[in-house]
Parts: sequence; C-alpha cells; structure tokens
Amino acid sequence: MTTEHRQIVRDALAVAVATGAYGISFGAISVTSGLDVWQTCALSLLVFTGASQFALVGVIGAGGAPLLGAASGLLLGFRNTLYGLRLAPLLGWRGVRRAAAAHLVIDESTAMSVTRDSRDTARVGFLSAGIGVFTLWNLATLIGALAGDAIGDPRDYGLDAAVGGAFLALLWPRLDSALHRVVAALAAMVALSLVSFTAAGIPVLAAAVVALGAALVRRDEVPS
Amino acid sequence: MIWVAVLGCAAGCYLLKLAGMSVPPRVLERPVVRRTADLIPVALLAALIAVQVFSGTDHHGDPMLTVDARLAGLGAAVVALLLRAPFLVVVFVAAATAALLRLVLPG
Repeated sequence: MTTEHRQIVRDALAVAVATGAYGISFGAISVTSGLDVWQTCALSLLVFTGASQFALVGVIGAGGAPLLGAASGLLLGFRNTLYGLRLAPLLGWRGVRRAAAAHLVIDESTAMSVTRDSRDTARVGFLSAGIGVFTLWNLATLIGALAGDAIGDPRDYGLDAAVGGAFLALLWPRLDSALHRVVAALAAMVALSLVSFTAAGIPVLAAAVVALGAALVRRDEVPS
Repeated sequence: MIWVAVLGCAAGCYLLKLAGMSVPPRVLERPVVRRTADLIPVALLAALIAVQVFSGTDHHGDPMLTVDARLAGLGAAVVALLLRAPFLVVVFVAAATAALLRLVLPG
C-alpha cells in the first residue's frame, strides 16, 4: 500500500467514525419512533443510506402511514442514483462487483472517491469509506437501539434538533449559487405550507416538484 | 405494516443505487436531467430541515407548525457552519443547544 493510499484510508476511517457515531442517534430515534430493534437494524443493514432511514422513522414517529415513510425514504434515496451515474465510469466495476459496490453508494463513499484523479485511488477511497461506514453505522445502530429505552426521551438530549443540524450540514456546501439558494428557500416554504393539512411525508415529496420546476424553467443554467 | 415499509424501502433504495451504477452515461448528458439531478438534493434537504424543525402536533395529535428549542439548535448549527466546523461538531452543537435550552426552560 502506497503512502497516498494510506492517507486516503486514514481520512476515510475518520469520516466513518464520525458518521458511525451518528448511527447511535439513529438507533435511539428509531426505537422511540415505534420500530423494534430488529426493524431498526434491518434498516441500517438493508437500506443503508442515512437520510432515507431518518425520513422513514421520522414519518412513522410523527404518526404517518409506514408506506408514506417508505416513499419519502425512496425519494431521498434518489440522490444515490445520481452519485452512481458519476461513480460508475470512475470505479469501472462490472457484473457482481458492481452489484455489490452499489450497496455502498452513499454520501460519504461518494465524497471520498469522486475527487480522486485515478481509478486506483478512487477505488481505495470508495471501499475504505463504504466498508468503514457500513461496519460502524450498523454497530452504532444496534447500540443506539438497545440503549434507546434506557436513554429515555431523545428530546431531552436534543436528538430531534440533531437531525435538523445534520441535514443542514449536508445542505450547506450546496448553497453555493443563487439558483440553489432560491430552490432551497422555495422548497422549504412549499413543505411548510403543506405541513398542517397533509399526511407526514407529503410535504417533503412535494418539495421535489420545486426542483423539477426550476430545472425546466432555468434552461440557461447547466451545472458542470 | 412497518416490516413492509422497511423491506420495500430497502429494495427500492438498493435498486436506485444500482440503477445509477448501471445507466449509460449519455442519459446524464441531457440538460434537463443534469439540472434536475443537481437541484433535487437541494430541494429535498431544505424541505426536510424545515419539516424537521417546525413541525409538531396539537393536543388532538394532528400536525401543526410550531417553534421550539429545535429552532435554536438550527441557529447554533448555522453559526457552527459559518465557523467551518466539521459535520459531527455541527450535529453536536445543534443537539446540545436544544438540550440546554430545554433544561433551562422546561415545558
């Protein structure tokens, strides 16, 4: 392993530890939202994409229909499709390897690989972040789910505010253009205007329409 | 019903990931697809933040808009992000601010 590879693995593991710790709050929030420990662990093992998991348990916790929660999770999972479009030519895997790698396509593994200038280093970044986050995220989910009842009301620890903070941290780097800021503000307003009289999960789904509308209207702006 | 949602979401999320890894790159070259791909995460995250911070339930259990310690948590997160704090610090600051506020001002 070269020095460059070791550095990439180190960075990826630091990201994995940070994200993994966050899995504890997912486990705790999930069981306090009404899911059992098995369902909570199944989400982290099989869905394995944080925002979708939070959306699903968030809708169920707010009293919404579980299938609406699943629909919200799926819409959020769509960004992994977009990551895959960029990752596929970069990583260059086919067949079974591509099918296995697809499960590891998340924010962190994408962030640790799309900036690399060679296929070799991109694969090291993708695999070390993907496998590292998968291992720690699932371990932390189990700990959080088991401790959930012992922890008590997650609001006493501000865990409900932690989720908003985490989503804001994910959004922040994308607020780099006027168009993005306008879309973000419009999407937030559309969602809030629907909260009081639609089922939980619908407001976020409706906000996706803002993105499509803006993409159709602003023909002059093509992102690189 | 929760299991159906869990397994359905899992199957769908995996297929979404696999679809991206399998689609021919020329699809992404269409301008409308590229612009939508660029804007969807922005719209979804902004909507999620708004709903996460401002939604609550009234005494009948029906959804309503509300302002509480979560908004202070979000404000603290903004300050942390302006100071270029790493992800986990932002999350911790948001949680700690809301928790402290509830401790000081119960109910």
